[in-house]
Amino acid sequence: MAVEPILSVEDLSVRIAGLHILQGVSFEVAPTGVTVLLGRNGVGKSTTLRAIVGLTPRNGEARGTVRMGAQSLLARPTHRLVRGGLGYVPEDRCVFAGLTVAENLRLAERRGTTPAYDKVFALFPELDRRGRQRAGSLSGGQQQMLAIGRVLLNDNRLLLVDEPTKGLAPKVVTEVAEVLERVAESVPVLLVEQNLAVVRRLASDAVVLSAGRVAWTGDARELLLETALTKSLLGVGSAEVHS
Amino acid sequence: MTEVKSAEVPAPPATVPDELTPGHARWHGLRPYLPLVALVVAAVLPYSTLNLPGVFEGPLNSPGTLQLLAICLVFGGLAAGYDLLFGRTGMLSFGHALYFAAGVYGTDVLITKAGLPLWQAALLTVVGGTTLAALLGAVALRTVGIAFAMVTLAFAQVGAILVARDFGGLTGGEEGLPLDVSGLPAGLVGVTNTVNLYWLALAYLAIVVLVVHRVSGSPTGRVLAGLRDDERRIGVLGLDPYRFKLVAFTLAGGLATAGGVVYVLIVGGASPHITSSELTLSLLVMVVLGGPGTRWGPVLGGVLYMYLDHRLTAFGSSDAVNNLPAFLSHPLSQPLFVLGTVFILAVYFFPGGLASLRTRLTPLLTTLRPRR
Amino acid sequence: MNTVVLLTLTGLGLAALYFLVASGLSLVFGLADVLNFAHGLFLGVGAYATWWAAGNLPGAGSDGLGFVVAVLFGVLAGSLVAVLVELVLIRPLYSRTIEQVLVTVGLSLAGVALLQATWGADPRPFPRPDWSRDVTSVLGAQVPNAGLLLIVAAVVVLGALLAFLRWTRYGLIIRAGVENREMVTALGIDVRKAFTLVFAIGGAAAALAGALGGVYFGTVSPGQGGSLLIFAFIVVVIGGMGSVVGSAYAAVAVGLLQQFVNYYGTSGLGDLCVVGLLAVVLLLRPQGLAGKVAHA
Repeated sequence: MAVEPILSVEDLSVRIAGLHILQGVSFEVAPTGVTVLLGRNGVGKSTTLRAIVGLTPRNGEARGTVRMGAQSLLARPTHRLVRGGLGYVPEDRCVFAGLTVAENLRLAERRGTTPAYDKVFALFPELDRRGRQRAGSLSGGQQQMLAIGRVLLNDNRLLLVDEPTKGLAPKVVTEVAEVLERVAESVPVLLVEQNLAVVRRLASDAVVLSAGRVAWTGDARELLLETALTKSLLGVGSAEVHS
Repeated sequence: MTEVKSAEVPAPPATVPDELTPGHARWHGLRPYLPLVALVVAAVLPYSTLNLPGVFEGPLNSPGTLQLLAICLVFGGLAAGYDLLFGRTGMLSFGHALYFAAGVYGTDVLITKAGLPLWQAALLTVVGGTTLAALLGAVALRTVGIAFAMVTLAFAQVGAILVARDFGGLTGGEEGLPLDVSGLPAGLVGVTNTVNLYWLALAYLAIVVLVVHRVSGSPTGRVLAGLRDDERRIGVLGLDPYRFKLVAFTLAGGLATAGGVVYVLIVGGASPHITSSELTLSLLVMVVLGGPGTRWGPVLGGVLYMYLDHRLTAFGSSDAVNNLPAFLSHPLSQPLFVLGTVFILAVYFFPGGLASLRTRLTPLLTTLRPRR
Repeated sequence: MNTVVLLTLTGLGLAALYFLVASGLSLVFGLADVLNFAHGLFLGVGAYATWWAAGNLPGAGSDGLGFVVAVLFGVLAGSLVAVLVELVLIRPLYSRTIEQVLVTVGLSLAGVALLQATWGADPRPFPRPDWSRDVTSVLGAQVPNAGLLLIVAAVVVLGALLAFLRWTRYGLIIRAGVENREMVTALGIDVRKAFTLVFAIGGAAAALAGALGGVYFGTVSPGQGGSLLIFAFIVVVIGGMGSVVGSAYAAVAVGLLQQFVNYYGTSGLGDLCVVGLLAVVLLLRPQGLAGKVAHA
């Protein structure tokens, strides 16, 4: 890459409960646009994101080097990383079901900074309207909006977004993709995504994981054009790629 | 032991690999016989008139010393049995005292109140205690983790309440129930026969150790170790975790009941404090101090704990402690204060317990040993 | 009728005691996953500190304002010990749940032994205001004032806790942390500060239970916390770990059940019924009545 990457992962290895899930993963994330992390189920995509943000489970261990700018990330506590501008939208939304929408957002507020409610409510007007509703009673799509919205209340240098369209209806998938497209205009995104239509729409770069290692990196469009490659790496047919 | 698992699986928090360092071939050859040697030494110990001032109050063959040793041995066995749950299966039960108490009170009540001969009382008690463990285990094991710990704690509390409230005048309530020794075999009664009780306790310990080793070396034991490391993986293999845990729970309960039968003979009665949750907590302390999931750790932990619990009382009232300033001498006169503190330190600094000392010391010894 | 009123109110007094102990246990467990066996120690510290203050602390005494000062001192001491325990012993073992339980077990053994070493094993008469020995006539029943005091204290604590959880930033963090601790840190919040806080709150509530329990029973002894703790555990499990409101409901259920059955049945039968209730609840709803959600 010609430009300095926003995030560089070098030789990242993760063991969880004795299983060697990542075995020396190295890749970089461009300072603009969406870098997508692809691979079959269980290949370690979410594990990679969680390791970057310091959420490797207690019975696991992450080794290697992860840098955001000049800063080394591994072994620093999650809340420090997040305050340093690493936004994380987890798999399965993880909104606080017992809290109201407004409370979910309020939780993300930080002392000394003004939360960007204007920006968030412009992207997701629904969150403003449903402020008093319990997050657990929102639909899957609305929960996803909330999960993204609360991260956008603060300034981020990089967003990690884990499978934002999982389990959503096709129409909602498009909505989420649109939002991410707008978000990515101002902040780089490392995205884990299974829906290739979304990948096609958003991704500029792609990193493909296979069996705990990086199998392919490069231009995302290039990858999607090569059906044979996509099929062998991702286990999907050409019909699905071109749908 | 844990060798059966692949090297990929990390040791559970407190398990210590029982490997031998290379270059100890002779040692290696002798090692399997060591437990036997230890057993023989323990068995002939009562013939010694050796006096160890400070360690024991009387010579080794005095009734007082033998009784203390017998109690230590029973608790060594109890701790080994409890480790079947905690160290080898990863079940945190807070109600193990119940089955021990069932053994103590069951035998005592059947002999003293029902007038049964010892062998019948013992048999009935062990069968009853094992059944009780199976029944309560069947209920408690529907929960996991902390909830399981709470349910077992609550069940044990029922036992404590039943004993303390003295329903039907069977248990003697707060006073306890002295054992009626008139119907017992003569060899188990009287101060001069303490040595027989000592041998009985030793036999109990040997049996428990044998059973625990046989079980943990068997295919069932490997499943139990798998449950401890990751229950889901056992589920994936198509095995029912519930059944295996129930087997371990029942077996451990039965062993504890048998321990109670021996204990009541040694101390000659039952007192309500053995039903308290504190006893279970002590078992946990013994196992963790010794080294959970290891071959000899829990036994060692149990023996040492009981020894210290008894001897620290004497130590606490000794002149050495009494001459200390009050803020030191008062706490030191409380065995539980000393043991609790040692236990906390052990959790921090010796996560593998006593059994890990050898592995920890090996590198040190290797560097200290002169090169040949 | 009189008997029913009396039993209800004494049952509620018992429930208040359980609630004061259980609410802290429940929050500590719900947020930090620590099954705190040392919670009974906080109660003991509160009781003994109040007892000590009433006799020795200038301005404190066993009556009137002096009594309030003594209780405040006890609550402060309990809270302080709880914070120290969290900072020194629990925090270094963060996320190692079993080791944390073991440390609290060791602490409960050593701590009670220390109380015993310092003040002896025998119960000591507890300083209490004269009015607390009297009875008040409620609907014809003569109810001990000490029991009413417990009920009032528990209701105040419940209200304060709920207000704290509902309207403060830390309350919000605690409610969120009980649901999903990891996600709280992923929003840039140092959740461990909240751990210290729940220990402080739990310690204070338990210490208050110790002080007012001393007034209720008239004596204080080192082992008092331990026997209460088991029933408090049962209350926590029945109510649902992490739920303050659940603890309140469960405490009332347990207190009333115990009091009524012990009176109308054999003494001790009520305790057994409580354990039976626990077994039933766990088999029907393993997550407890309120589940692992801190409702406000």
